[in-house]
Amino acid sequence: MSATVLGTRPQNKAPGTLALGLSRIGYETRLYFRSPDTLLFTFFFPFIMLGIFTAAFSSSGNIGANPDGTGGVSVGTYYLPGMLAAGMLLSGVQNLAVDIAGEKSDGTLKRLGGTPLSPLSYFLGKIGQVFVTAILQAGLLLLVARLVLDIALPTEPEKWATFAWVFVFGVITSAFLGIALAAVPRSGRSATAVVAPVVLVLQFISGVYLQFTTLPEWMQNLASIFPLKWMAQGMRSVFLPESFAAAEQSGTWDLPWVAGALGIWLVLGLVLSRVTFRWIRRDA
Amino acid sequence: MTPTPPAVQVRDLQKSYGNVEAVRGVSFSIAAGETFALLGPNGAGKSTTIEILEGYRDRSGGEVSVLGTDPHRGGLEWKARLGIVLQTSNESGNATVTEQLRHFAGFYPHPRDVDEVIDAAGLREKAKTRVSKLSGGQRRRVDVALGIIGRPELLFLDEPTTGFDPEARHQFWHLIRGLKAEGTTILLTTHYLDEAAQLGDRAGIIAGGQLIDIGPLDKIGGADARVPVVRWRDGNGLVREERTSRPAQVVAELVRSLNGAEPEDLEVIRPSLEDVYLSLVRGHEAIPAGTGAAASTDEGRPDPSRRTDKDVRA
Repeated sequence: MSATVLGTRPQNKAPGTLALGLSRIGYETRLYFRSPDTLLFTFFFPFIMLGIFTAAFSSSGNIGANPDGTGGVSVGTYYLPGMLAAGMLLSGVQNLAVDIAGEKSDGTLKRLGGTPLSPLSYFLGKIGQVFVTAILQAGLLLLVARLVLDIALPTEPEKWATFAWVFVFGVITSAFLGIALAAVPRSGRSATAVVAPVVLVLQFISGVYLQFTTLPEWMQNLASIFPLKWMAQGMRSVFLPESFAAAEQSGTWDLPWVAGALGIWLVLGLVLSRVTFRWIRRDA
Repeated sequence: MTPTPPAVQVRDLQKSYGNVEAVRGVSFSIAAGETFALLGPNGAGKSTTIEILEGYRDRSGGEVSVLGTDPHRGGLEWKARLGIVLQTSNESGNATVTEQLRHFAGFYPHPRDVDEVIDAAGLREKAKTRVSKLSGGQRRRVDVALGIIGRPELLFLDEPTTGFDPEARHQFWHLIRGLKAEGTTILLTTHYLDEAAQLGDRAGIIAGGQLIDIGPLDKIGGADARVPVVRWRDGNGLVREERTSRPAQVVAELVRSLNGAEPEDLEVIRPSLEDVYLSLVRGHEAIPAGTGAAASTDEGRPDPSRRTDKDVRA
């Protein structure tokens, strides 16, 4: 880059990749909260589902109760971990896949590709936006659970440490998978139709809407291939009593497996998003 | 003193999509500080050419240098010296005009002042409006503003004034003249030939993927294409025409032949750039051309403002 055509110009330093990434996070997060579709189907969706489940099933008593009706946990308590996991998946996969597919087809990416914005800064912006919005979503869910649904939250620090790593791992994995999935829809308009069923089916087989431990074994095994099952299981280990571990597939919370499965999906998502992402669909 | 290297140099550029040759051996160069207009009907290969220069498309053959760099290998530092106004944009636009410009200004090492650009683009009253709430012409102004916010050395304008009202177009011309005065090199494509005549120093005309003429805007097409026409209505009510390089003499003789009477409906017509352009493009189409003209991104949505073009093709 030597031949300066116009000679004397103030030679300011180009903005750094990290600084631009931070600027992108602010910009992306602001736009996230200005999109009504995203707010309804990503941000508030777990709240709506938690409300519906609590209202629908509370009259049938506690889940996991003893034969004499004592013990167990309330319906809200039982569904809270699943909704937290669903929020992580929606914030990453659904949000980014639909968002980036739309940006691809409406010309946003083409415009950005013509500017000196580094793709790395762009990714930082997307992943940062997912992080910021997922934290707000989870925080608000816990607040609603505690204050509105009167769900007792764990007090042990080690439980919250588990919550932290499952959350961070799960959200980053979901974000990468969202970027990778954005390559599939052929147009922005078809993006929701492609992404929503994938996300919905995963939620049904992974123990978000249906009690995972009551699903047939083949479905449990199928769900174990995908990351959502492990996010939900990690969250159950935080919010459900130890006695519930016995009902899991191996009779324990299996946290090392949760970490392993999320780790594998994280790497896979990173590789896939790196390979599939283009500013524009390049011709041959 | 050594001459400044050209800002853009294109030699024997070729681009094919499958069996279709969209660009077939185009060569031209643009000097630093020059405004070059690339003209031609839809599907002629203009947008393909410009997108190769911008680094969006790979070429099939030929040599291209943009600001001393092969666009195919242009990195972020190279992009920081370009301004690109694409032909179409329909982004969702949930950011306001000011937010959008401020954000994009942050990408560049020495951007222009955001407020100055907002004023220059005539967007002051819409500065706090979301881009999605703007009219088509106003959104186009935002596109132009985003193209110049980084203080580019080379500005690509691909049909920049589509959807502008006449006043907005004049405002835009004023803005571009200001950029020219600062030494910005500009590559412009447009269907408005008055726009090319107003802004351009030189023009190239592309048809069927080939450059059919290139030269200064007041010379393009050659002297023959610019011979004026004298037109009047004779005593029988028939319209008469005479092509002549000495129109005043023809008129004088005409008046003399009428014994000093005023000829009816007398006109002396100098071919406009549009006339010259149309005769060049029609002349090219009369020659049986190859398949070239069919496939290019120029083939966009139907747009009433592109009538000139449809007329050419009809």
